[in-house]
Amino acid sequence: MAQFNLPPNSIIGTGKTYYAGAGTKNVRRFQIYRWDPDTGENPRMDAYEVDLAACGPMILDALLKIKNEVDPGLAFRRSCREGVCGSCAMNIDGTNTLACTKAIDDVAGEVTIYPLPHQAVVKDLVPDLTHFYAQYASIKPWLQSATPPPERERLQSKEDRAKLDGLYECILCACCSTSCPSYWWNSERYLGPSVLLQAYRWIVDSRDEFTGERLDDLEDPFRLYRCHTIMNCTKTCPKSLNPAKAIAEIKKLMVERR
Amino acid sequence: MSNAYQLIEHNYDVVVVGAGGAGLRATFGMAQKGLKTACLTKVFPTRSHTVAAQGGMSAALGNMGQDLWQWHMYDTVKGSDWLGDQDAIEYMCREAMPAVIELEHYGVPFSRTEEGKIYQRPFGGMTTNYGEGTAQRTCAAADRTGHAILHTLYQQALRHNAEFFIEYFALDLIMDDSGACRGVIAWNLAEGTLHLFRAHQTVLATGGYGRAYFSATSAHTCTGDGNGMVLRAGLPLQDMEFTQFHPTGIYGSGCLMTEGCRGEGGYLTNSNGDRFMERYAPNAKDLASRDVVSRSMTIEIREGRGVGEHKDHIYLHLEHLGADVINERLPGIAETARIFAGVDVTKEPAPVLPTVHYNMGGIPTNYHGEVVILKDGNPDYVIPGLMAIGEAACVSVHGANRLGSNSLLDIVVFGRAAANRCAASIKPNSAHSATPQPAVDKILARFDGLRNAKGENPTAGLRMRMQRTMQNHAAVFRTGDSMAEGIKLLEDVHDGFEHIAVSDRSLIWNSDLVETLELDNLLGCAMVSIKSAINRPESRGAHAREDYPDRNDEGWMKHTLAWLGPNSAVTIDYRPVHTYTLTNEVDYIPPKKRTY
Repeated sequence: MAQFNLPPNSIIGTGKTYYAGAGTKNVRRFQIYRWDPDTGENPRMDAYEVDLAACGPMILDALLKIKNEVDPGLAFRRSCREGVCGSCAMNIDGTNTLACTKAIDDVAGEVTIYPLPHQAVVKDLVPDLTHFYAQYASIKPWLQSATPPPERERLQSKEDRAKLDGLYECILCACCSTSCPSYWWNSERYLGPSVLLQAYRWIVDSRDEFTGERLDDLEDPFRLYRCHTIMNCTKTCPKSLNPAKAIAEIKKLMVERR
Repeated sequence: MSNAYQLIEHNYDVVVVGAGGAGLRATFGMAQKGLKTACLTKVFPTRSHTVAAQGGMSAALGNMGQDLWQWHMYDTVKGSDWLGDQDAIEYMCREAMPAVIELEHYGVPFSRTEEGKIYQRPFGGMTTNYGEGTAQRTCAAADRTGHAILHTLYQQALRHNAEFFIEYFALDLIMDDSGACRGVIAWNLAEGTLHLFRAHQTVLATGGYGRAYFSATSAHTCTGDGNGMVLRAGLPLQDMEFTQFHPTGIYGSGCLMTEGCRGEGGYLTNSNGDRFMERYAPNAKDLASRDVVSRSMTIEIREGRGVGEHKDHIYLHLEHLGADVINERLPGIAETARIFAGVDVTKEPAPVLPTVHYNMGGIPTNYHGEVVILKDGNPDYVIPGLMAIGEAACVSVHGANRLGSNSLLDIVVFGRAAANRCAASIKPNSAHSATPQPAVDKILARFDGLRNAKGENPTAGLRMRMQRTMQNHAAVFRTGDSMAEGIKLLEDVHDGFEHIAVSDRSLIWNSDLVETLELDNLLGCAMVSIKSAINRPESRGAHAREDYPDRNDEGWMKHTLAWLGPNSAVTIDYRPVHTYTLTNEVDYIPPKKRTY
């Protein structure tokens, strides 16, 4: 039988433990993935004990506290801290989500934090999303029309505008795509849930006149049809959007136009 | 020592630093016009802080009742407490309508009226007929207008094949001996390389410096990087004493609750359950301009009528609007209040507090986006090769106080204006002047010095001291004594920065060093901000001096210019406010008493 071994550099070692000071009562332990591209060493899990009595409520608050007070070298992205910029997407307690809107209290016991799965790691919790962004650009995510625009705004009924709800709010955090096993296997050719949700946002926009071309571009065994309705995307979306439904709608349109 | 760094060189017609709304609009505008354009940004474009703008973008479209750009202009001038330049304000308010229509054509998912037009909501200080009625002027995509606009602008940049350098941190401007800007040096975080960008115009679109304060609605990345670079280049910043406190940041986390909450009919109450704004602004009430509402809330709290266990905040009520209106028009607010305050706004009020939100001051520019300074008696001397747009800039359209929804307008209008100016003034692919080597060496030496800093003061500790100082000593209300104390504390922080400790020496994603460079930028902003504030003995707009409660038009209707020298010394001079309009179609609006 064929033997498959993981490459040696994929093995995660045990790193340092940073203990909370004596007398701290409400201590929570955070296990955090670390990888330093400069050393060539294998990744490791460092453990940090955090005094929750002197920490904000969110996972991001704990990460900031660790960075500010214990280990300034810890690298992670963050910006808005209110769930709209999508920077601090990471795998927390086994689920991809935003560190800034995930409450520490929602995790029982030790908190484990990894970078988004199945992406090359730049450093610590910072994944390389270059390919994800290139896929986004590939679906031509802008309004396309052959008719010259009117002098004033294009009119759109409230009903047609409502079709964009649940789609335009996507923050491109990549939580859904990097939670999808099908995307893990075929991310070179499968667009993944986030980008397909965006594709559907333009397909369904009453102002866009290139629906046919957009569907043509998706009519492919990989780009669209690697979705096997696993639903991890919808389960994990930190904005409560439903990429799986958007993908299903695209598939329906494919059938309807035959 | 600086020889240790290999510089990767690039030649562009234009380099834009920053990829928020202003930077993106400028970038693809330039690309569209055939200029070779690079956009450098320290975060992926859709992570920029424009994404967090909620309520909308003002434009006198008149979709929900009669409106005129002249009324919009009047409101903006009055909102600015007559510190705004009326030529620039006229330009912005006239350009507002085509700007918002253009955005709609690009695909922004605006909310709609029954007729299918762009939905517009009331906002603070926005009136009809020169202060008589309430205008519905603020074009909205639910309460996620900034997100919708930023994503759309990024999409347009993709459409026009704009060139991005993402997660590049700009270090400093390359200034030559004649005082012209020749480009910028930036650090590529992912690869750990340094890059020299030559450009005929360098456009700073780096946003505000809200993080100089402890509690701000601003993102962690709002660190005044362009302002810091300008100060280090020996150029002044303008009107830095004017910091806007948004009335409704969530108590505790500081997350923004849009003014659109009150635009849609929300209101504030104190511990007696009084709608206290009726006393402070009998006409506009809860929709008075932000400086007025923030001061009123602060007075209520000070006089013991705050709510909560410590009587230290105010309630914002939305529950009377009903779940349907909230879900349609304020869904993001409902989400934010639930996550960050544990409050269901359809059932109970949200705890709020005035929170640092916007910097009216910044890099002085004209309405084309060109950086202007006072030089040899000329208050409008243009710095060759340097432009600034968006919150980083001070055009000045916001004067002493910005009206809500004029910021999304500002970034789009002046981003486009900068692109137009570059298209008119730059010949594509023309040759570059020589790069001044001493300037480059100096930039690399500073970078290397901070990278290897072995002092005893960690960055986070100094940052906290700066933020607490600004929070306590340059707040909604200011006094000379308190600011003098704040200046002393801030100078201590500055001295501490001389002995800063950076623990990570790496060049790849060294966020310890990034935060140190950001702190240097923030400290410069904070220093000129508080020193400009103590220098202005009057109350105007967001600058409220308890020791000088009145506006003094004779002495102080002028822009402050502040240069930062060695040892945090600040030199101050002035530029006159433009007391003229751009065209003959509208008259100059002379100062009068500002009431709402």
